[in-house]
Amino acid sequence: MMRRVRAAAWTFAMTLMLTVSALASQPATGQDQFVPAKNLPQTEQIPAGPLLLTAYAFIWVAVAFYVWTIWRRLNKVEKEMRALAQKTSQR
Amino acid sequence: MLAYAPFMIADADYESSMGIISKILYFHAPSGMVMLLSALVCGVASAIYLWRKNPAADRLAIASAELTALFGLIVIVTGPMWARKAWGIWWDWEPRLTMSFVGWLISLSYLFVRKYAGPGSDKLGAALAVFGSVNVPFIYVSVNIWRTLHPKTTVVPSLPPGMRGPFWFSALTLFLLYLLLLNARLHLERQRAALDELYLAEEDRS
Repeated sequence: MMRRVRAAAWTFAMTLMLTVSALASQPATGQDQFVPAKNLPQTEQIPAGPLLLTAYAFIWVAVAFYVWTIWRRLNKVEKEMRALAQKTSQR
Repeated sequence: MLAYAPFMIADADYESSMGIISKILYFHAPSGMVMLLSALVCGVASAIYLWRKNPAADRLAIASAELTALFGLIVIVTGPMWARKAWGIWWDWEPRLTMSFVGWLISLSYLFVRKYAGPGSDKLGAALAVFGSVNVPFIYVSVNIWRTLHPKTTVVPSLPPGMRGPFWFSALTLFLLYLLLLNARLHLERQRAALDELYLAEEDRS
């Protein structure tokens, strides 16, 4: 009985310690709101450009690929339906 | 709208501390919104399927799960590109990113279960989707509950006019794209169901 109580107390203490240490090591808070700006220095624009373009290109490629997979799967199913209908009508 | 959105985004204001990379916002955040919406639709449709055994709900669930995976992939790929410039790191195991990643993995698990788990996979998958949808509110509020690097939920409602218009235009565009893709995917599921019925009728005849 005492062993169980001791084990429970130890588990509770460890959980508490881990929670406190996790809370203490949290990163800085996120932004509350965005502040707009019209112009940026040239140096600021260069390194981010390829990342931005890659992100947008990826979105287009991912959507286009998904549309292609739907089209391919639909074609396969419809081809099978036509073949089955033809087989049935031949009897 | 898809063709016009990039022009609106190009004209939109920059965020002062992040610069040009902040323009990822206009597709990253709406993709996240669509991902969460899709996961919710999948969970609700799955719950209806478990409760009522309605095959139409099951078809909606599987179509939504695929779209959750697609938009989740977009969020998970574009996010680190934004983070690399804004935070100086590709990834951080902080609550919003981790929970979004888990949500995306749940949608993938659902699709794998439906494809490979054999008989009974519809109910197993449906239960998984219900758990996946429970994760959605936690993903949304995670940035407000825990201290994270990720911007909070107050950012979007408080967007200034130079950013608000392009953002909501992009959000509407992606929402309409979601509806279009969902419709196409549902059509595929309906055709598959029709094919199954044809096979069953063929078996009955022979």
